[in-house]
Amino acid sequence: MRIALFATCIVDAMYPETAKSTVKILERLGHEVIFPKAQACCGQMHMNSGYMPEALPVVENHVRAFDTDEYDVAVAPSGSCVASVKHQHPYLAQRLGKPELKDRAKAVGARTYELSQLLVDVLGITNAAAQLGSYFPETITYHPSCHGMRSLGLGDRQLDLLKTVGGITVNELPEADQCCGFGGTFSIKNADVSSAMLDDKVKNICSTGASACSGGDASCLMHIGGGLSRTGAKPKTLHLADILASTMEETVTL
Amino acid sequence: MPAGGQGNLFETEPFPKAAHRELGNTQMRKNLRHATHTIRDKRLKVVGELPDWEALRDAGSTIKNNSMATLEERLLEFEKNFTARGGVVHWARDADEANKIVTELVKATGSQEVVKVKSMATQEIGLNEHLEAEGIDAFETDLAELIVQLGHDKPSHILVPAIHKNRTEVRDIFLSQMPVVDPNLTDEPAKLAEAARAHLRKKFLAAKVAISGANFALADTGTLGVVESEGNGRMCLTLPETLITVMGIEKVLPHWEDVEVFMQLLPRSSTGERMNPYTSLWTGVTEDDGPQNVHIVLLDNGRTRALADRFGRSALNCIRCSACMNVCPVYERTGGHAYGSTYPGPIGAILSPLLTGIEVEENGSLPYASSLCGACYEACPVKINIPEILVHLRGDDVDAKREKHKLPTQMDLLMKGGSWALGKGKNIGLLEKALPLGRLAAGKDKKIKKLPGIAAGWTQSRDIPAPPNKSFRDWWSDEKESM
Ligand code: SF4
Repeated sequence: MRIALFATCIVDAMYPETAKSTVKILERLGHEVIFPKAQACCGQMHMNSGYMPEALPVVENHVRAFDTDEYDVAVAPSGSCVASVKHQHPYLAQRLGKPELKDRAKAVGARTYELSQLLVDVLGITNAAAQLGSYFPETITYHPSCHGMRSLGLGDRQLDLLKTVGGITVNELPEADQCCGFGGTFSIKNADVSSAMLDDKVKNICSTGASACSGGDASCLMHIGGGLSRTGAKPKTLHLADILASTMEETVTL
Repeated sequence: MPAGGQGNLFETEPFPKAAHRELGNTQMRKNLRHATHTIRDKRLKVVGELPDWEALRDAGSTIKNNSMATLEERLLEFEKNFTARGGVVHWARDADEANKIVTELVKATGSQEVVKVKSMATQEIGLNEHLEAEGIDAFETDLAELIVQLGHDKPSHILVPAIHKNRTEVRDIFLSQMPVVDPNLTDEPAKLAEAARAHLRKKFLAAKVAISGANFALADTGTLGVVESEGNGRMCLTLPETLITVMGIEKVLPHWEDVEVFMQLLPRSSTGERMNPYTSLWTGVTEDDGPQNVHIVLLDNGRTRALADRFGRSALNCIRCSACMNVCPVYERTGGHAYGSTYPGPIGAILSPLLTGIEVEENGSLPYASSLCGACYEACPVKINIPEILVHLRGDDVDAKREKHKLPTQMDLLMKGGSWALGKGKNIGLLEKALPLGRLAAGKDKKIKKLPGIAAGWTQSRDIPAPPNKSFRDWWSDEKESM
């Protein structure tokens, strides 16, 4: 299959390793990965901040970059960006009175997948160790990000994949389904409430004794990681893709 | 655009400021956390028992969408049937009109006291305060409303208005505020309920006028309904001679059969019970039984305005179950007072601006009072997509401010710049060439600990990792394309 990688702006600029890991996993399965270079961002930050006209060029750019026949499905290592592509792009087009953009955005959204969704639903991966050679000899815990869990309905796909990684121990995170408090500009506009939510997340992560907290959204992990780092807590954050890409020969270190 | 609502719908200070204050109240946070988590767990359990829960939610949402789409017709049908059964219908455009109508009705009875069934609509229009100014005493009979009233406090939850108080605080309020009370009153729930019962019983027996809200009105039969837990509402609905109901126009349901759906959705979503203890239905006047003067005030107060918003109108589907606030992480930490309106929590953050107009200064910060985690949407029995409406209202807020502002704010500039940078792969690529600079700024421990300007909020409790040397985009060009 020809798979287009939507790296998302945060991963592209801040966590290139996660994008590389995504490429590695897919290539290991024998697929061809392409990177449409016209891509930039899903525009979620603009839309969630209420800047709709400013979001338009960003959304148009994304649709233009991905509205091609050059690939079969697109994948992003981020539930919230995929949710934005699927739900927010058509909304914006409708709000700003652009029916043609709405149709194209819907078509792009329909063949855009979050990583675990693609692996489980399309590529039939149920055992990461056996099918991907994933190996990660650490104790981790897992935070399901809100957009993946609720907007995309990912269920336990990410967690199930993590549990089948070779050498791994997965400790359950108390109150896992509670938001970490990131919410994009929410963490800036309502910094106090966001910090109070983050506090609880950090405490819960520390209580598991894990050396890392994994998840499927780089932005939430950056937020949680920032809180762990500030409080001097031991656990790190690590994206699901990085754990799945880790192998016996090339083990990712924390 | 139809007129906006009035009354207790407006914030008086921006949400972040009010939230900051409320966050500091550790006792309240503890009480809230305990209470919301208890109801949450109960709700999940009883919802899990119904195999057709999702189908019920769909049914609830469809019935509501249909009644909103034919609202005028439904209301006229209700008016006809309610009148035919001896009731009197009054129409109120806003809070002022509604308050005046009720006051005149009460004055016409010669009574200077009314007992009240818990009602959000009368809260919204500030009826108690208005009656007081007119020399009429209004007594709340719902236990939690009574606690709030005696404590000279404001409700902080639509279903459990005193959720921010624990039992010791309730005992103290009773001891200091009830005219006749056992001085050895303990904070045992049964004892507290007993004290309230003794206090209220006298009011029920003496009252000539009762004022209620309604959970629904049925258009095809002209019936009104109130759903409650304590039975105090039923006392008010049956003992007095005059009964005045104030109801938002969005509460009308087309058919008698619709009750079946909502009686499954509402109790489970609100108190986590399979069924609430008391459901009262009344259709006009029944000779020699119950109130003989029966009125309803149909209240707009911004509802037609909300109805005109094609993205926001589904907020009117709300059945006030409070499930959204019980699962909301922001509400859990700030409580209801931070929202500055009769309607707190996620639904309040969209309903208040929809009813009163986002361009009104006081409401601008409400749609941002959410991390958009979606827990509210998942819990809502009538599937109101609250996160989507929040984002939509943020768009309206920015558009409204754009027209007013002369100088762009920091946020405006950031978004404009972002629009350029993220509007083309080439542009973001150019900016990413500066990543090593960020690395430099992070220093030896590879952490950025302080950001300037509006971003400073982030670094109040979080570090930012040092950026990488090279973006993925550049890595791809170098490694993959040169192959
Ligand atoms: S918005 Fe939905 S969950 Fe919230 S109070 Fe209304 S009906 Fe209940």
